[in-house]
Amino acid sequence: MSRAWWLACIVCASLLSVAQDQNPLAHDPNAAKAGEYEFRINCALCHGLGARGGGRGPDLTRAQKKHTHNDAEMFQVISNGIPGTAMPANGTNGQGVGMTDTEIWQIITYIRSQEVKAAASSSGDAAHGKELFFGDGNCSMCHMVNGKGRRLGPDLSGVGGSRTREALIDSIRNPSRRLAWGLTEATKEFPQEYETVTAVTADGEEIKGIAMNEDNFTVQMMDQGEHIHLLEKDKLKSFHKSRESMMPKYDADVLSDKEVDDIVAFLAGLGAK
Amino acid sequence: MNLGAKHFHHEDREEIPRKTNPCSTRGLKARNSRTSYAALKGPLFHKSVRAIALLAVFLVTLAPLYGQVTFDRLVNSSKEPQNWLMYSGDYSGKRYSSLDQINTSNAKTVVAKWVYQTGATGKFETTPLVADGILYATAPDNRAFALDARSGRPIWMYQRQVPSDIRPCCGRVNRGMAILGDKVFFGTLDAHVIALDAKTGAVRWDVEAADYRTGHSFTVAPVAVKNLIIIGVSGGEYGIRGFIDAYDAETGQHKWRFYTVPGPGEPGHETWEGDSWRVGGAPAWNTGTYDPATNQIFWPTGNPAPSNRGEGRSGDNLYSNSLLALNADTGKLNWYFQFTKHDEHDWDATQVPILIEKDGKKLIAQADRNGYFYVIDRTNGKLISATPYGKTTWSDSKDAEGRPVANKQASPTLEGHTVCPGALGTTNYMPPTFDPQTGLFYVTARDQCDVFSTAPQPYEAGHAFYGSAYFPSEEAKPYLGFLKAIDPTTGEIKQKFQHTSPTWSGVLSTAGGLVFSGDAEGNFIAFDAASLKPLWHFQMGGAVYAGPMAFSVGGQEYVAIAAGSAIYAFGLP
Repeated sequence: MSRAWWLACIVCASLLSVAQDQNPLAHDPNAAKAGEYEFRINCALCHGLGARGGGRGPDLTRAQKKHTHNDAEMFQVISNGIPGTAMPANGTNGQGVGMTDTEIWQIITYIRSQEVKAAASSSGDAAHGKELFFGDGNCSMCHMVNGKGRRLGPDLSGVGGSRTREALIDSIRNPSRRLAWGLTEATKEFPQEYETVTAVTADGEEIKGIAMNEDNFTVQMMDQGEHIHLLEKDKLKSFHKSRESMMPKYDADVLSDKEVDDIVAFLAGLGAK
Repeated sequence: MNLGAKHFHHEDREEIPRKTNPCSTRGLKARNSRTSYAALKGPLFHKSVRAIALLAVFLVTLAPLYGQVTFDRLVNSSKEPQNWLMYSGDYSGKRYSSLDQINTSNAKTVVAKWVYQTGATGKFETTPLVADGILYATAPDNRAFALDARSGRPIWMYQRQVPSDIRPCCGRVNRGMAILGDKVFFGTLDAHVIALDAKTGAVRWDVEAADYRTGHSFTVAPVAVKNLIIIGVSGGEYGIRGFIDAYDAETGQHKWRFYTVPGPGEPGHETWEGDSWRVGGAPAWNTGTYDPATNQIFWPTGNPAPSNRGEGRSGDNLYSNSLLALNADTGKLNWYFQFTKHDEHDWDATQVPILIEKDGKKLIAQADRNGYFYVIDRTNGKLISATPYGKTTWSDSKDAEGRPVANKQASPTLEGHTVCPGALGTTNYMPPTFDPQTGLFYVTARDQCDVFSTAPQPYEAGHAFYGSAYFPSEEAKPYLGFLKAIDPTTGEIKQKFQHTSPTWSGVLSTAGGLVFSGDAEGNFIAFDAASLKPLWHFQMGGAVYAGPMAFSVGGQEYVAIAAGSAIYAFGLP
């Protein structure tokens, strides 16, 4: 290969990397509008309409993001996905060839236009929130954070990165409204929503816990003592499944708004890098 | 579009190892030996050597004919219940087997007889065919194969290389084949129609029907009628102009095309705004039915494009979401019935239209994706009844013909609002069954609502063209899945079984008083057809996206279904 050819290659490569470092459409309002529609079609299923988080994907209106620090990194994340999470690479959802580079830049322009600069979630006292979580709040009686706590409820180590502040508050105040939709889908082939199961065995024993999985004939559940029960439905005296969460409803007389804010600040702090 | 609960993606370009000699004549030998044995049992066996030589000549002459699946055999498929000669079992689409060896009294003893692993990933939607002891099926990523139907051992395998930039909207799926003469036929993800030698899997002809780069693909099982192979295109999510094609089974020569979106000067063209017809969608991606008495095919069509945004294509958008009655020889339209006018919810009418007879009337029953169960007079396409069979919110009134009319709240908005059923529909492509013994229509149904929001989008060739986004409604959880038995006379739901979650399985009924279906958690279930009580189940370890079928070999009845990445065959111990 000739020297000139090598040189040309190097020039091309550096041009390409320049092109990917900067958003050519940054701050362009038309691009933001086009990006909004692209976002709805390609991203909103997980990240929600308006990019404020949809249960499965994080709130993208936060200026500080867990996996990206600038437009170039965001371009990479949209193009290639994030290993170990539910974020797929562009074009791999089985729907055609995916977005063009221009469309990805439009989406990034849109996301930037939606970002809330003021850090609204920092009002709480994360250190106090941590104390409450592992102490009087009794959260760790059922939830684990970074290996500490128990297993009946979903592991919350990453929840700060995938749920909005509003969604976290809502989950504490009204735990039955959304259950654990989307939290486990990155690692499991089937959804687990932590529905409440009450089974009465043939000899009259009542087992109450959360459904780990279920089909028409069997249920795999965990009781409050973290014992796993593998049951055949037709051998049970009764079987009842409910979307009323086992998590108690934390009303204002149990946790004040300030205390909830503190817990949310603790959880949100875990999600940020 | 048949967007699954979960999307799958896989690009498997591995060579498929041939597990059998491609030149094997195993299947042929097996059949010949069976033929000879039957003949030799007669008095000729004890005659002279000369007589045996004569017999041999006779058999040699007969051999090429035996195993040929003629049009006559397809028309009279009910006379050979040991075989399953087309996607829905027969031309009427009933997906009913008159085999009764497996029945309500012994169903609980059913066992798995064999499992065939395809090595494919993604949704496995095929319905196998069985002809004279050989099972033929397709699998994801342009795979086709033939198995010894008794043992599940492969006879031949074929795979057409999948281009890396194909554009199937909803998985790299295929729902099956057609068989005619000594060939099997299927469509590919890159929009080819292929005829394979039924004995060897060798390509006999290969025709490119359309350009896959503009979003055309085939996922449907074709139908063989007379000397024609009839197939409908997929691509409603890419702004294609839908069509149904017919090819000469012998040569692959293109015989006719019916565009499901009428061009300038054609009736129905006025139902499209401006140039919107050019990208109007209306694909034809599920298998139609055929009435030999009138030589008509009944083929359902899918959503107009863009699928969830009506702005820019005002009008009824014919013949999207319609049932078309076409002359099988010419592709000429006799009549049409449109289920959902000017659709904005992706409610493809691509469900198998089942031909039934009631009190001397020739009817078509179709459980539509829009949540209504329609009964139509198949002599003229006139609506007889439309009854909801699941949760619907989009219509509160009917027009003069009795057709549900969309209400003001049904259209998607920029902010998004909830409509039932959701985009996946009350049912989808999964094939239903009509059981002549119970007189009931069994269909897989889903209660789910979605939030529909618009997202204006320009057409770009080969790019997804939805014009909107929709999301499962969190408020409407849990989503419920059912197997429902509908009385076509009244539209009344006579029985239902509630699954743990919505399923994509089709349904089979048999003369054994049984209905078979699968669930999303991987169970294959035998139900009592009268009560819909489960009598037996087997955990297959992979979700079901296919319709079951039945056949028999050597006096043993089998019920088979695709699940996960394998085909399972069940029978009595």
